[in-house]
Amino acid sequence: MAGPVQSIERAAAILRLLAGGPRRLGLGEVASSLGLAKGTAHGILRTLQHVDFVEQDPATGKYQLGAALLHLGTSYLDVNDLRSRSINWADALAARSGESVRLGTPLEGKVLVIHHVFRPDDTLQTLDVGALLPLHASSLGKVLLAFGATPSGPLMETAPEAYTRHTLVHPDDLNRALGEIRELGWGAEVQEMSMGEAGIAAPIRGQGGLVVGAIGVSGAVERICEAKGRPQPALITVLRETARAISRDLGAARW
Amino acid sequence: MVERYVMSIDQGTTSTRCILFDHGGRLVSVAQREHQQHFPRPGWVEHDAVEIWRNLQRVVPEALSNASVDAAQISAIGIANQRETTVLWDRRTGVPLSRAIVWQDTRTAPLVEDLRKQPGDAFFLDHCCLPPSTYFSAPRIRWLFDNIDGLERRARDGEVLFGTIESWLIWNLTGGADGGLHITDATNASRTMLMDIRTLTWDEALMDFFGVPRSMLPAIRSSAETYGEARSVLPGVSITAALGDQQAALFGQTCFSPGEAKCTYGTGSFLVMNTGTDLVRSRHGLLTTVAYKIGDQPTVYALEGPIAVTGSLVQWFRDRLGLIHSAPEIETLARTVEDNGGCYIVPAFSGLFAPHWRSDARGVIVGLTSYITKGHLARAVLEATGWQTREVVDAMNADSALALKQLKVDGGMTSDHLLMQILSDVLDVPVVRPLVHETVSLGAAYAAGLAAGYWPDLQILRRNWHRAAQWLPDMDPERREGEYASWKRAVERSLGWIQPPEGS
Repeated sequence: MAGPVQSIERAAAILRLLAGGPRRLGLGEVASSLGLAKGTAHGILRTLQHVDFVEQDPATGKYQLGAALLHLGTSYLDVNDLRSRSINWADALAARSGESVRLGTPLEGKVLVIHHVFRPDDTLQTLDVGALLPLHASSLGKVLLAFGATPSGPLMETAPEAYTRHTLVHPDDLNRALGEIRELGWGAEVQEMSMGEAGIAAPIRGQGGLVVGAIGVSGAVERICEAKGRPQPALITVLRETARAISRDLGAARW
Repeated sequence: MVERYVMSIDQGTTSTRCILFDHGGRLVSVAQREHQQHFPRPGWVEHDAVEIWRNLQRVVPEALSNASVDAAQISAIGIANQRETTVLWDRRTGVPLSRAIVWQDTRTAPLVEDLRKQPGDAFFLDHCCLPPSTYFSAPRIRWLFDNIDGLERRARDGEVLFGTIESWLIWNLTGGADGGLHITDATNASRTMLMDIRTLTWDEALMDFFGVPRSMLPAIRSSAETYGEARSVLPGVSITAALGDQQAALFGQTCFSPGEAKCTYGTGSFLVMNTGTDLVRSRHGLLTTVAYKIGDQPTVYALEGPIAVTGSLVQWFRDRLGLIHSAPEIETLARTVEDNGGCYIVPAFSGLFAPHWRSDARGVIVGLTSYITKGHLARAVLEATGWQTREVVDAMNADSALALKQLKVDGGMTSDHLLMQILSDVLDVPVVRPLVHETVSLGAAYAAGLAAGYWPDLQILRRNWHRAAQWLPDMDPERREGEYASWKRAVERSLGWIQPPEGS
């Protein structure tokens, strides 16, 4: 096994030093405090600055911890937190669309269903919170892939499973679909996971616009889609409004 | 045609919310602000009534602008509020004469103990159907009179007004010191220990007993009628409903028929069952209360099992122990373990409410061993809500001819799936969440919309109710009984912790 990487150890020491006091520190102070050559300290500081872990005061040239570092620990969003903060909007979406609503987050190459609102027709339905959906064959999964919430690389390397004859299994087809989703701001799945079923999904953004999950409406293909097999525009509008409302509550800037 | 909406204001224990609903009872916009909780001494809980009023002034325009709705599109305003919380203010200046004393506050415990001995529970049950408890408002007014110099004299001189939070807000909304309406509704008044719940009038004997002059009490109105127009915040819009939050939730769940019940999971939790126009007395530690009164229709009553501490135990776990960052994370932490590891938490922070009514109880954590992790504690926190619900459901089943076949739930904690499963497991009945889980707000909107003619009748409202989620029991009966027995032993250990002062 390789030993510790010296430059990373040094970078960590610099961050600890800057975190240790309220005051900004000059290059000389950093170098002498840690017994480093000025050139070495400068190189590490510039790299840290490049990834926003360190900021340099333009007037004095002194260094302090960067904003990105401060948010590093807080950008994590607990899935139960996400459900709790989406529940009002997910309810309203189910009420408006008349269809069932699901929220998903990525988990180990799948979509984890973290919230599910029944189709509001009082028929017998079972909660599928905790269920895992395929990334490439669900609208939730494709939206998560398209907006970088989970890497698409591993999926492209293995042959994705064909659930129906409509499932996108070829990397080129899938990549084209993901590009389209990025352009439109929403994604659809029409009989790609099971025949007769369709769904649409839109991304939920957290702080800084990072996509933390997806929300979707799904149901019988004849209710979700128009005669031409494309999702109904009215449904897309309420879905996107919902996704925006949740994102706004999570602290994403208007987008 | 321009869409019109009903505005609901839910002034709760931890936050003030403004929600707009459309004809389908669907949530259109929401704005919320939390207010500060003051804990000046053990057992004391206070709010700043002025802060709450300011929050209301902020959330109303926020809710409008979030949905790009104009004030002219608001058909009516309905108010739901934390109940029993007591505000006294100066009639001329509108300035509160102390912080509001919150329903969870136990400072009146010594007074309440005295009342239970002399004149005894029967006197109070006879007049207002409530046993003496630190929970209700009248003992708080007495405490304020006894502890603030000159307050009682000023009240006798007519300078002081009393209100629960809805009275305070309506008074301010309708002009404040400049002719504001000083009113309450029958559901809120039924929790003061000052109202005769048969006649819905202030009771002379109780006013005399607590030394509360009639001039400081608000006029008692029905829960849904046109009270008057707002003169600030939303000038010209009619205020047409006010209900205590739990009664509002019953209404929002459309429990309009006798035997229909719901349990709302918020700061505390409250199981409420509609008993129709019959006034049913509990033999098992539940309260008899006014469910609602629509205009001049007959009064509808309810049986209620209030649990003081459920969601607030999670908040305590978050804010005071710092073991989680947000309330929903309790589920994540609790799921790190399979069971409670033998640990039980009885959160008798304000004594125990239904069905025990023991103000001498205080919280305990039992069954601690070195095996216990914070995950086990998190599970014990959620289970405490489950078992406390089981106790009030057992009491409700004992009081009522029909056993509860399913539990309709609502409130913030219903987003916790582990808790919902625990509930279904310990109650051994399905647990059902409706499509609008903001049922308190929805109920206030429904009542306001009915009074304003926005909705024609209760039948229309019933049709808006839909099942959004359901949890089914999945627990071995033997294990259920064993755990319940352990919980009961834990409760025994919480009792009698607060002892009367020496020599009393």
